[in-house]
This record gives sequence, structure tokens and C-alpha cells, in this order.
Amino acid sequence: MFNTLISSNIFFLSLLLWIAGAVGALVLSKNDRLANWWGNSFAILGSCVGLLFSLSVLIIGSTFSFNIDSTLPLLSLSFSVDKLSAFFIFLISLIALLASIYALGYVKHYYKKYNIGALGFFYNIFLAGMVMVVSAHNALFFLIVWEIMSLASYFLVIYENKEKENVQAGSLYFIMTHVGTAFITLAFLLLYRSTGSLDFGVIKETIGNSSPLIADTVFILALIGFGTKAGIIPFHIWLPNAHPAAPSHVSALMSGVMIKTGIYMFIRMFMDMLPDAPLWWGVVILILGAISSLFGVLYALTEHDIKRLLAYHSIENIGIILLGLGSSLVFWSLDMKPLAVLSLVAALFHTLNHAIFKALLFLGAGSVISQTHTRNMEEYGGLIKYMPQTALFFLAGSMAISALPPLNGFFSEWMTFQSLFSGIMASNVPVRWVFILAAGSLAFTGGLAAMCFVKAFGVTFLARPRSENVRHARESGFALRVGMAVLAALTLVIGFTAGSITNAVSGVVSDLSAFNSSEPAFFSTIQTVGMRNGFASISMPLILASLIVTMALTFFAVYLVSRNRKTKIGRTWDCGTTLGPRMEITATGFSNSIVTIFRGALKPTKQTSIEYRDEDMRYFQKSSTVELGIQDIYNRYFYQPVHMLTIKASEYMKRIQSGNINMYVLYILAILIALLFASGM
Amino acid sequence: MSIIIWTIQLALVPAVSPLCIGVVRKIKARFQNRVGAGIFQPYRDLWKLFHKDEVISEDASWIFKCAPYLIFSTTVIIGASIPLFTTIFSINVLGDLLVVIYLIALGTFFLALAGMDVGSAFGGFGSSREMTVAALTEGGLMFSILVPAFSAHSTNLFAISGAVASFSFFAFAPMILALAAFIIAMLAETGRFPFDNPATHLELTMIHEAMVLEYSGKRLALIEWAAANKFFIFLALGANLFFPWGMSSSERLGDVPLALILFFAKILAFSVFVAVLESTIVKFRFFRLPDLLFTSFILSIIAMSLTI
Repeated sequence: MFNTLISSNIFFLSLLLWIAGAVGALVLSKNDRLANWWGNSFAILGSCVGLLFSLSVLIIGSTFSFNIDSTLPLLSLSFSVDKLSAFFIFLISLIALLASIYALGYVKHYYKKYNIGALGFFYNIFLAGMVMVVSAHNALFFLIVWEIMSLASYFLVIYENKEKENVQAGSLYFIMTHVGTAFITLAFLLLYRSTGSLDFGVIKETIGNSSPLIADTVFILALIGFGTKAGIIPFHIWLPNAHPAAPSHVSALMSGVMIKTGIYMFIRMFMDMLPDAPLWWGVVILILGAISSLFGVLYALTEHDIKRLLAYHSIENIGIILLGLGSSLVFWSLDMKPLAVLSLVAALFHTLNHAIFKALLFLGAGSVISQTHTRNMEEYGGLIKYMPQTALFFLAGSMAISALPPLNGFFSEWMTFQSLFSGIMASNVPVRWVFILAAGSLAFTGGLAAMCFVKAFGVTFLARPRSENVRHARESGFALRVGMAVLAALTLVIGFTAGSITNAVSGVVSDLSAFNSSEPAFFSTIQTVGMRNGFASISMPLILASLIVTMALTFFAVYLVSRNRKTKIGRTWDCGTTLGPRMEITATGFSNSIVTIFRGALKPTKQTSIEYRDEDMRYFQKSSTVELGIQDIYNRYFYQPVHMLTIKASEYMKRIQSGNINMYVLYILAILIALLFASGM
Repeated sequence: MSIIIWTIQLALVPAVSPLCIGVVRKIKARFQNRVGAGIFQPYRDLWKLFHKDEVISEDASWIFKCAPYLIFSTTVIIGASIPLFTTIFSINVLGDLLVVIYLIALGTFFLALAGMDVGSAFGGFGSSREMTVAALTEGGLMFSILVPAFSAHSTNLFAISGAVASFSFFAFAPMILALAAFIIAMLAETGRFPFDNPATHLELTMIHEAMVLEYSGKRLALIEWAAANKFFIFLALGANLFFPWGMSSSERLGDVPLALILFFAKILAFSVFVAVLESTIVKFRFFRLPDLLFTSFILSIIAMSLTI
């Protein structure tokens, strides 16, 4: 009880700190420096308190709920923090802490150009909004804080509003997020109709009495609504535009944690609130996960805008998380609770890992952009010599996201594979085929992600500079490096402490009422994590140790054998011509072969326009340009038709809009009479 | 006793892999009506390279300098954690299928980065091609080994070897499909015909050789040795996952010589197979390779649907 009281106070303290940061930054917005310090210091303080709070819930288990009834009907300020919420609050606070430290230095390059106070305001509101989203316990209150989070992030996306494309990206985000909210609202209204309450707890207890049709409809509505926020294909189109537009530390938060609030609500609704899931829910999520992961990485490969590339990788990783979540739902409906726990742990572990390495990569990209003033990778090159530390941190992030051992990304992908393999063995045709295809898409995704990050890291940091911008680059400031260094260290630390963290995450899962009596299908110790049936086991510390020891021995042995040999510095073999930046491979060239191979899905386009010196005698070219691109098949086959349909429908609606006020009064009267008749019957 | 077995297990791959390359080269030379260098020539090459001065590009960063050590180390670790002549290390957690595949990917990742690091036109294209092939191979490689893994109820490679050895005759029908899929993936991963030509430095065809073009001296030696190790590892995987007979399953030292001899015989058979294949088929055009790799993936899926 005492614990609970303390932790609830800490929870509100963190919210209060963020709100103080928001208001203070706005008040101080006359002075850029002061506004930056105020806004980000309070963000840091709030995140520290949030970390403390979430750890206290996760370790001591001091869950709490808090409720103030408001004067409005149905609305109550109702919070409830269980371990699942605390896990997500931990994620948000951790990434927010490091992003805010980074922001202290990063925001400096906005001085005198943009309003720093406004940035601090929306940034802190955004943080508070996210934390309230994962702790709200009343549907109406949830929708309000959901909207606060969405609007705050919208204003952050259009923060650099002097560039027109950012405003456009913001508008797309605004529309898509509200389409999503519409579906969510419908889902909650349907739940209200069948349970008579908007309180999550009451819904959970009474939903079991209503028909399965209601639950199925709610599932579809919530899948579309929260799926839009999570960025699963085909509801993803806002994501690759909006994430790059925001300032980099905000991109880190949006990509690292905001899209995870969609995942949180998936778990909360499908595994906690709604009754036992039918089989097809899990199957649908598995298929969506497979599509998102494979297509996310393919689209990422076609990008040469570094932040758009990273944004597409968020779609890929959401797909991987959904593979875990979907298999968990399948196992649950097949009454294989131990395997369901395994899959959900894999999904949550990957959520944690993705938050860390994606935030790291966005922060790294931000430091590069702040030095080179461009997001186009074709103008980078050789940055490892100008920004050695940033390069090292970005390399750690690249390895982690490519699921390379010994870093953290490998472990959660290993666990996801184990849950898919278990699905292949444990289920029957046709569900087995879904698992086989999911595992296949995950295997290809892993390889393609590695390829994409060889490209991203290689083109950005290796070889020679491709433009003058690079030569002016300096290592980024101290605050920026601290933010990145901690995240890079975390990819390694979480890698070799994977066993202990698995235990912590499975504590979160077993706290859910659906799983509290089931033994997980895996065991985990500090050293080893493995399946109880002996199917597979892994030891992350051993991988790290063996790599270190073997490399040290190799180094020593080679030194002994060839210590008397000299090393000369020479030029790269240039085939007799001058070495220029155009001899290096470009980002577009690097992925051209894979784009050609997948041309059926990516639909690459190539436009050549040639200008001749003499239009009649077409022999001598004055200039020629080639434009390569890919068609967005979702835009073309889904969003464009919907758009056209809306326009057409509006055309018809226009006919009843005469502009005559008497006419409108008549409409109102007609509707009123119709309604009266309808209610009379 | 097991210390001796451990030592053999640890050192076997790096010690024997150059010999294996030498044998393949010798057979290929005989096919081309040449006498060819002796089968121990790769050892002499390594020795020579380790004792030569080194030229490093001025554009190279620490990635280029450290990559050979890392790549060589991953092959040594993998070599120690796959079944070679004995199945007694089934408690070895490094022998997990996914760990081995992703350690291979770790080496490939850094090799491709090193290829881009010096900024030559060859290196970048080599990296691009290598990563394209590697990305598309991963599915076939993983799934072809999953076929025996599902039958053996374990993804530990030692356990798979042990289980496959006791399969009934009928369980082997899908294994043949899986073997075909594995061989395609193996040729792709080790840069052999029809994917890559290990003997040429011709710009238009090369993948692996293009990436390592700027290496010299001790680092080139490490890269070459690592490539030999990788080749040997894949031969050993093919031999021991699909033909696991004759491996010793006890810690008795007396079984070891016989098991080793049988193991070398199997490796020799695989080497001859690769050499004959390389001498009798042509290299495919680059954009035909994905068809082959998807074939490997589909074959293993068919095999998988037959086993479980």
C-alpha cells in the first residue's frame, strides 16, 4: 500500500515535470538558449523520474490505479499502471532521457531560425501524452490523451515549416492519424454499446457476455486504427514522410516509441480486454507482420534519403514485432499458453531492442545531417574520418538492427524465430503454412536488412567524401555524443545480459491475467536461454566472449608472425585515371541489383530526358538526366482510388448545397421530422 | 581425454581448410589438362603473404584494418562449433543453427564494409553483389538445414547429426531435396560456380575477389584463410548433416582416428564434387542467380512439408 502510494506520486511527479517544462519553455521563448535549457532539462528530469517509477513497478510490482470522476458523464481521469504499462513507460522514459540529452546540443542549430520555446512546449507535451496513453484506463480519457500525443507530434513534424515538404508530410500525417482515430473511436463506441461502460476494467469483465461478432468487429476496427499509428503496411504511408520531417531527436522518439503505443494497445485490447481470441486474429496479424517486415525492408533498400531509409526500417521492425504478437495470439487460441508466453516475450523484447537501436540510428543520422545539412546519402561519404565517434555509434546501431551477434537485435530475432519454428512444429495445416511463410519472410528480412545497412553505413561513412559539405563536417558536440554513446552501449549490454532481461520481460507477460498461471516454454538464466523441450538454446555472453578471445588471439598470432613487416600507405588502385568521388559506388547503385530482382513488387521507374544541341540533327547531346524511382503501389491502387471516390462523392453532394438559407432550414426540418418518426417507431 | 578431442575440434578447420582448397584446385587443373600446383600450395601462399610487406589505401579506415581479424575469427568460432568428426559436443550452445548462420552473416557484413571502405569502383560493386547474393541465400540455407532439424527436434547442429544418423530409409526422401537446396546455398555462400568464379580477377564477373582487391600482406592472408575456412565449414556441414555416418559418439580416444579418416573421406568426396561441378558448368549471369536461390528456398519448403 505504502509502495503504491509512493509510486503513484512519482508517476504524477514525472507528468508534472513535463508539463512544467512545456509551460516554462513557452514562457521563456524570447530567449533561445534559456528555452532550450529549460525545456530539455525538465524533459530529462521527467524522464529520470519516469524511469524510476517504471522500475519500481517492474521490480517491486507496486501497480496502482487512480481515478478522478469528472463532471462530464462517462469521462473520468482514470489511470491504471500494471507491469505492461510500466514496461512501455520504461521504454518511453529511457529513450526520452537520451533523446533529451542529445537535444540539449542538437537544438542549438535551430537558434534564431525557429521558435525554440514552441519546440520545448510540444516536445514535453508529446512525452507526457505518450506516458498517459499507455496508462489511461478509460476509453474517453484514452482518446483525449491519444489526441494530445498525435497533435503534439503533428506540430513537431511541421516544426521546420520553412520547408514546404515538411508541411505536406505533416498534413498527410494529420489526415492518416485521424482516420486511425476514427476507427479507434468506432471500436470503443461498439464496446460501450455492448458493455455499457468505457472503463477498461469493466469492459474486460463484461465483454465475455456479448456475441463473438462484436469482438471480431472490434478487432478489425482496432487493427486498422492502431495499425495506422504502428505503421503496418498498408496503413503506413504517412510514416516515411512524417518521421524524416521531424527534428532528429523527435524522429528517434516517434520511430522508437510512439509507433509502439499502437503495439501496446494491440496487446492491451487483444490479449487483455477482449475475450479469448479466435484463431484467425493471430493468423491475420502474422500475415500482416510478414508483409510489413519484407516490404518495409525492400522499400528501405530503394531509399537514399537517410531518414526515410530508417523510417522504412521501422515498418520492417514493427512487422517483426507483429510476427511475435501474431504467433502469441495463435498459440493462445490453440490453448498452448507456454508457447504464447514465449512469443509475446519475443515481441516485447524486440520492442525494447528496436526502440534502442532505432533511436540510436536516428540520433546518428541527426548528427550527420546537422554537420552536412543534407539528408541525401549520395552527398555523404568518408565521414568516418571526420566524425569517428558518431561513425562507431552508428555502426553499433547498424549491426544491432541487422540482427548480428553479439548485439541485442540478434537475440530478439532469435526468439521470434523460435516462436515461429514452434508454430511450424505444433500447429496443423493450414496454420502451419502461415508459420512457414512467416519464418521465410523473417529469414529474407534479416539478410536484406544487413544489405541495407551495409549500404547505409558504407555510403555514409566509408570511402571518400562525395561533396564539399562533408569536408566541413566536425565531430558533433558533447551532449549529442553522450546520448548516442549510452544507446550504443545499451545495444551491447542488452546483448550479453539477454538472459536476465528475458526474465524481466517474462515477468511483464505473466502479469497479464491471460497468462498468469502458465509456465513459459523457455528457460532463461544469466548465461543461457533455451527452449524447455531442448529444441534450441543460446548463450549470448559466450558468443561475445568467444569473439573477443578469438580476435585477440588472432591479432597476437599475426603480430608474432609478421611483426617485422612494414606497412606502406598507398593510393587505391585507380586504373590509371584520377580517383574521384564518382568512382565510388552510390547508394542507388548499391541497391540497384536488388531493386531489379524485385521489380515485380517494387515497380521501378526510369525516366530519361535528353536535350540535344540541335533538335533536328539528334547527334550531340547537350545534357541528359535520368530519374530513377519506384511507384508506390499502395498510393496507386488503394489511396488514389479512395481519393478519387471521395472527390466524386463530394461533387454529387455539392448539388444539394444551393447556398440558399431557406433551403438549409428546410433540410434541418426534414431531418428533424425523420428523426422524430424514427424514434417514435 | 576430451581435452585432446576439444583441441582437434578447435584446430581442425583452420588447419585443414587450405589443403581442401589445394585439392579442389588440383582437380580443376587436371580437368583443364594442366599439371597444377601441389595440393599444399595454399599453405605456402599463406606463409608467403604473412611474410610480405603490406600496402594499405590512404582512404581506408579502421574498418578495413580490423575486418580481416574479425572475419577470420568468426570462421574459427564457427569451425569449432559445428559437427566435424564427433557428436559429443551437443551441449555446445554455439552450435545452434541460427547462431552459426548469423555469425556467417557477421563476417559477410564486415567483408562488404571493407570492400566499400577503400572507395574503389570494384570494391563497391563487389559488396553490392555479395550482399545481394547473401541476402537471398539466407532463406534457402536456413530452411534446408531446418528440414533435418525438425526431424531431429533440435536446431543444435551436433544433435541434428546424431539424429540423422539413425533415420530410417524412408525419412531420407525429403532429405535429398533439402540436400539439393543446401548445395545451392553452399555454392552461393562460398562464392563458387555458378555464382562466382574464385579463380578470376575479371571485373565483370567477380564478387568475392572484387571486395578484397585492395588487401595485401598479412591481411590478405587472413582473408584468404577465412575464405578457405568458410568453404571447409560448408563442406563439413553438408557432409555431417546429410551423411552423418561414421562420426564418433563417445569420448573414447580410440574412436577418433577412424572417425577422422571417415570425415576426411567425406570432405574429399564433397571437394571432388565441387571441383567436377566447377569444371563442367559455366557461371550464370548475375540476374539468373536469384532464380537459383529461390529454387533452393522452394525446394527446402517442399522438403519441410514432407517431413513434418
